[in-house]
Amino acid sequence: MTTTFVPDTLVKPGRPWRRTHRSTLATLGFVAIAGLSSTGIVAVTGLAGPLGWYVGFVFSLAVLGFLGSFFRDRVVAIDLFATVLICTAFMTVLIPWVSIFYSVIKRGAPAFHKGYLTTDMLVTSSGEALNLGGLSHAIVGTLLMLIIAALICIPLGIIAAIYIVEIKGRFAGVVRFLTQAMSGVPSIVAGLFIYSTLVILVFHSFSGIAGACALAILMLPTVTRTAEEVLKLVPDHLRAASYALGASQAQTTFRVVLPSVRSGLISASVLGLARVAGETAPLLLTSGYFIKLTTNVGNGAIGSLPTYIFSALGAGTTESMTRAWGGACVLLALILILFIGARSLGGRNKGR
Amino acid sequence: MPTQLVSDASPDASPDNPVGRVIATEYGPSDKVFRGVITSGAMMSLVVLALIAGFLLFRGLEIFRDFGFGFITNVVWDPGDGIDKATASFGIGAMLVGSVVTAVIALLIATPFAMGTALFLEYYCPSWLRIFLTSVLDLVAAIPSVIYGIWGYAVFMKYGTSWGRSINEYLGWFPLFNVPAPIFERSPFIAGMVLALMIVPITTSVARAVYSQAPRDQIDAVYALGGSRWSGIRHIVLPFGRSGLIGGAMLGLGRALGETVAVYLVLNLVFRINFEILASVGGNVASLIANKFGEAGEYELKALMASGLVLFLVTLLVNFAATAIVGRTRGTES
Amino acid sequence: MITMLTDNTSTVETTHQQASLVSEAAQTSAMETRGIHAWFGKNHVLRNVSLQFPANSVTGLIGPSGCGKSTFLRLLNRMHEFIPTAAMAGEVFLDGQDIYRPGAAAAEIRLRVGMVFQKPNPFPSMTIQQNVLAGPTLSKTKVADKKDLVEDCLTRAGLWKEVKDRLDAYGSSLSGGQQQRLCIARALAVRPDVLLMDEPCSALDPGSTLRIEETIHELSESMTIVIVTHNMQQAARVSDHCAFFLSEDGPGHLVETGLTSMIFSNPSDQRTADYVQGRFG
Repeated sequence: MTTTFVPDTLVKPGRPWRRTHRSTLATLGFVAIAGLSSTGIVAVTGLAGPLGWYVGFVFSLAVLGFLGSFFRDRVVAIDLFATVLICTAFMTVLIPWVSIFYSVIKRGAPAFHKGYLTTDMLVTSSGEALNLGGLSHAIVGTLLMLIIAALICIPLGIIAAIYIVEIKGRFAGVVRFLTQAMSGVPSIVAGLFIYSTLVILVFHSFSGIAGACALAILMLPTVTRTAEEVLKLVPDHLRAASYALGASQAQTTFRVVLPSVRSGLISASVLGLARVAGETAPLLLTSGYFIKLTTNVGNGAIGSLPTYIFSALGAGTTESMTRAWGGACVLLALILILFIGARSLGGRNKGR
Repeated sequence: MPTQLVSDASPDASPDNPVGRVIATEYGPSDKVFRGVITSGAMMSLVVLALIAGFLLFRGLEIFRDFGFGFITNVVWDPGDGIDKATASFGIGAMLVGSVVTAVIALLIATPFAMGTALFLEYYCPSWLRIFLTSVLDLVAAIPSVIYGIWGYAVFMKYGTSWGRSINEYLGWFPLFNVPAPIFERSPFIAGMVLALMIVPITTSVARAVYSQAPRDQIDAVYALGGSRWSGIRHIVLPFGRSGLIGGAMLGLGRALGETVAVYLVLNLVFRINFEILASVGGNVASLIANKFGEAGEYELKALMASGLVLFLVTLLVNFAATAIVGRTRGTES
Repeated sequence: MITMLTDNTSTVETTHQQASLVSEAAQTSAMETRGIHAWFGKNHVLRNVSLQFPANSVTGLIGPSGCGKSTFLRLLNRMHEFIPTAAMAGEVFLDGQDIYRPGAAAAEIRLRVGMVFQKPNPFPSMTIQQNVLAGPTLSKTKVADKKDLVEDCLTRAGLWKEVKDRLDAYGSSLSGGQQQRLCIARALAVRPDVLLMDEPCSALDPGSTLRIEETIHELSESMTIVIVTHNMQQAARVSDHCAFFLSEDGPGHLVETGLTSMIFSNPSDQRTADYVQGRFG
């Protein structure tokens, strides 16, 4: 028996299992038919709007899948049906988020004018024309409070992580558990706590520091948990080498372990900041809202982006509404910047 | 001259009769300080949690003394004339029920979508898209609630209202979907949907982490027996990830229970226990606090503190349960 | 039939010689591969493997680790394609038809070419009975008499006597060797023509290994078995034919195939001789 052979050099890698054009078209056809039938259902039953169409779509898919199982292998038909359902669920979920981003940009854009980022609302009221006033006070307030919160929270978070990973003290499990518990504290409860302690007893007024403390409570679990994960990634032989050279635990931690994960820790901190930058409820109770640009964090209410949005919403006019959207736009941009910063600083060390 | 070896070991010990030595690590002075500082710093979370509970209790104790258990069951919230305590009557019953109702609606809507999204990302998504979408998911998780609130109020409200109207038209015979008046704005249903959107990222993340650990060799065995991708998911991944999904859903529930601003902007706060989710009547303890805080007098403030304590304990419980359930998956399958 | 491929960097020659002393020369082959190549991304891992698997016999794939034997095995039941960067070339014939032809239903092929894996993997959430019936359940084929099928498969796998009283126990309650035999029974339930085994005994103790080897011997009377093994003594005990794979700083390829007795006592290639005598590997 002879075989014709192909010289090695001409053999190309192939993927014969890849979906053929025919089968992709068939799947799309399947989905399209479901869509058309759903439109028909909507027309006939009067099921209203996008939700009605969606319900009809899923119903059509189910019916078609059931019918299809008679023609093709049942397992394949069910697999196809499941695939379409899961992909639809995913795309459905994306729609509102896309809508949020789109709305924020589209409805916030009219609020932007040349001095928007540099003026405050001291002399302008929310209902006035959009080319007046701005949100400089909100930006400055948010940034100040974020900085203070970071100064409180990052050392504490890293210390807690060091306790859990490096010292492995007797209470390491307890600390981890409590950190997890703290991440469930509702933001308004954190605000209430700071209000009943710092605002009433210490400052006797709203203040930026009180607001920052409330944010720190909310930020601490995130920073601790992320720092813990980052520290766990440091291989033990690094520590072993340091101890073998006679270093103390303190020296090992500060000279060997921490520097090796510096970017990861920075990333963890910035991520924590991004999570609390938009918190409104605690700020309502601790730093209040103030329309003037100020750097006084120790005494008196101070503006911030979330409370700016909140108060603009409360004013009720179309101009104030647009201002609220503008504030939302700036807030989202801030979070995006922090987020991208965290990612690029730390990379994805728990990569896929 | 032979030197005497001085030993701490037990005098009864010999090579044939080993006695364990106690190995004690003595830390140097700098390390003692280091360990002390770190340990006390780490205890901060314990301290803060205890302080939160403590202060809220301290300030709210009077309320519990005055109203007892009725604080939780009463529906009326009346600050009275602000001077005489006897004229006031505080009860968070309506708000507590409202919190639970909106959170449960959110849970029921969000969980299937979270499961679908997690499965999609893990088993259906092409790998180049997965990394991008995962980052998008993390970003969406960071969208602040005030933005969800303003979107829910200004953009989504009209859709939610018309959907509520449709559901009432076709399913209004069912008590849950009945309404006293044909007003469908700012209902618990709409608030629930906005909350659902907020908690999908959390649940998806947890579910995905668990699904990714499903034993590949068993999925391979399913394929080798002629099963399809969905067979593998249905028979191996979903049973394996069940605890993870439940835990993730409960974490989402905890978040939804404590959510303030989004609900405040979208829900109509009325002090009545209401299960008709399409009606414009609802409640939420966190929004109550935010709403009444500004003009609250001394006594009412204490009532708000007491409400905060109740909310805190409830969310704490839910989160504990969630962590325990998720931990169970990681423990049993390794 | 002895197939010998001599390796030459620029051309590949294929020579076939009839062996006179082999009675199996008249056998038809249940499966045949021609010119199989495999890639992971740009990494060429298997080169030009052309091999025939005679029906109702055991063919052992031997060779040092890392030379592509398991990858080759996975190509035979279309499991290779589950790895995202996988690519292949060549043909695999099952009963005269290429299993990679356009429109071929991979799931059906896997019902005819079964697989037993290295690490026993019974489904932990299913009972022993459910495990055995998993194949028909998954492919939604009707089974006329479930009890009969379960008993038949477990008997052929050599497990029936030990578990007949506890068919409702969970699969994970068995020992390693028993679990592997359960996996064999599970694979048999869909009545495959070919059974692929990827180092089925490497995670087991010698006692279980011996029993599985007996099972393989009995099964080979009614089906074609292809077994990948690192253990040369096992290959000598269990297989009728052997194929020796080698990877010399490049993709794995087939060096020599033939009757097991020939490969071990009088191999044609020096590298084969070195391997079976333990000079490397």
